[in-house]
Amino acid sequence: MLKLLDSWRRPTEREGSPWIGLGAVLFKEMADHLTGARMRILELLIVITAVGTVYTALQNLNRNNSEFLYLRLFTTAQDPLPSFVGFLGFLVPLIAIALAFDAVNSEFNRRTLSRILAQPVYRDAFLFGKFLSCLLTLAIVFAAIWLLIFGLGIVSLGVPPTAEETGRALLFLIATVFYGGIWISLALLFSILFRSPATAALAAIAVWLFFTVFWNIVAGLLLPVFAPQQVTNLLDLIAVWELQLALERISPIRLFAEIAVILLRPAERSLGIILPIQLDRALLGAPLPLDQSLLLIWPHLTSLIAATFLLFAVGYVIFQRQEIRA
Amino acid sequence: MDHPVIEAQNLTKQYGNFTAVKDLNLIVSAGEVFGLLGPNGAGKTTTILMLLGLTEPTRGQVRVLGLDPTRYPLSVKARVGYLPDQVGFYDDLTARENLSYIARLNGLSGKELNLRVEEALEHVHLRRVADQRVGTFSRGMRQRLGLADVLLKRPQLIIMDEPTQGLDPELAREFLGLIHSLKQEGITILLSSHLLHQVQEVCDRVGLFHRGQMVLEGTVPDLAQKVLGGAYVIGVHAEGSPEELQNALRMVSQVRAVHSVASDRYQVEAQSDVRAEIAQAVVQAGGRLFGLTIQHQNLEEIYRRYFEEAKDAQAA
Repeated sequence: MLKLLDSWRRPTEREGSPWIGLGAVLFKEMADHLTGARMRILELLIVITAVGTVYTALQNLNRNNSEFLYLRLFTTAQDPLPSFVGFLGFLVPLIAIALAFDAVNSEFNRRTLSRILAQPVYRDAFLFGKFLSCLLTLAIVFAAIWLLIFGLGIVSLGVPPTAEETGRALLFLIATVFYGGIWISLALLFSILFRSPATAALAAIAVWLFFTVFWNIVAGLLLPVFAPQQVTNLLDLIAVWELQLALERISPIRLFAEIAVILLRPAERSLGIILPIQLDRALLGAPLPLDQSLLLIWPHLTSLIAATFLLFAVGYVIFQRQEIRA
Repeated sequence: MDHPVIEAQNLTKQYGNFTAVKDLNLIVSAGEVFGLLGPNGAGKTTTILMLLGLTEPTRGQVRVLGLDPTRYPLSVKARVGYLPDQVGFYDDLTARENLSYIARLNGLSGKELNLRVEEALEHVHLRRVADQRVGTFSRGMRQRLGLADVLLKRPQLIIMDEPTQGLDPELAREFLGLIHSLKQEGITILLSSHLLHQVQEVCDRVGLFHRGQMVLEGTVPDLAQKVLGGAYVIGVHAEGSPEELQNALRMVSQVRAVHSVASDRYQVEAQSDVRAEIAQAVVQAGGRLFGLTIQHQNLEEIYRRYFEEAKDAQAA
């Protein structure tokens, strides 16, 4: 406590910019990511997934309905195989964790950390450079996949994508990258906390598994704790339903799934329950305009980005206070 | 430059209840080679980290090149080179790529960067292997690359933590030679070591660490004066009646003590080099003199003696 007070009293201004050296760190890390064997494996994995799912989607696409053909490339599934979006739900965390789980602890174990931090740069630049390089790598990989899918579409469908389709796909790309951002900052946090890269990777995968498999069960268990004991009328029922939804949305996987649904299926008009009165005079099945869809998932997008920054901030604070000596 | 390169006042670092460094006062002036000596865990590395601003002191003040390293970390780190113990590199990059990264972190780019990297590689004789992956380097080459890495920023002060640890004697000597050449160029050097005999050769002044405190400080002859009482230790190999010989040796002026080591060997402690007088005394006492050797002042001896005394004082 005393130490904390002491640090408050000290002048807060520090010399120079925290961004000095960011470019150097970013450049080096990107080079490492893009040339590493790890990246080769991940690229192979995701290209196979993309080509495979898009190929089956093309086989099953109902070409008579020409609306949003390109978006349906992402979402059409054939039974044993999920759609590309379905794959993304767990591929993105996997890739993000694989990129970041040894970001800090490997530098520590290789004893390069003390050498780097003896250079005239702040720890900020080092950590942010690491984070940004992972995020940019992820963005490059997914941008390439997106273009690949669109290219496959143009070749096989023979019609160019509409502006609305392109816009929706682009927004979905951004959402995907930030969904990856959460898992990157989580893996980065664990790479700061745990000295052993294997432990950090395992911890990150454990969190991912928890949200993939167990969170819905946990949410089901938590529901009776918070929900009203007796449900007597419709309003209570709606309250319970909304609560369940809110609990489920704590999982980033769920948030991402909802974003995907709204962005890629323009006909979806709500994520919660719809009461019959709300459907009065609605044109069922008519697609929403892009801005209305965006409005629906705006909270989801901001939560994804906020969670990314929050996790990064926690890692940042811990890293700043960490002793560098072995 | 009027202010000293390193100035520490009452520098203290505590980890919880454990005091790693206690009330350290240290002044190193420009162009000096200063050695921090002491066993592992005596607080040398902690001191170094505080000087670099990598660890915040609990109490006390540090000035490096006139700047406070915790307030002006960038200016200090831009001027001070640090060679950590067991220096690490990116094994899958070449020596040149490793150095380029560090150079970029120092804000260098373009031609200037290439120039500095070549210069540093040349300095430590690694130009031939500059494009090999560092993973293939031997321990000695890595240590030299570490020094190149430090030289990139053309530092005014170089701090080295255990620079000769893990090097075989030949490589260690070579590395000490490099340190010596840096001193010739006017760079101030602070190094820590527990290998006293190696450090003795290159250090102008040394500080002895013991349990977080610098218990002794000065030039090697100074310390010898302080701890060994300024003694010249002379070994005498002579045959004759032991009692007579010992008495004769004690009579020689400036001799402080005479110990019998073996039946025909004696050790004489004197305030100056009195080998000639001893030879005379032995002959006059009817002894047969076979040899006289003078033992040079030895840091190891100083160290051992000092801590023996400290231990005795504690036991008493």
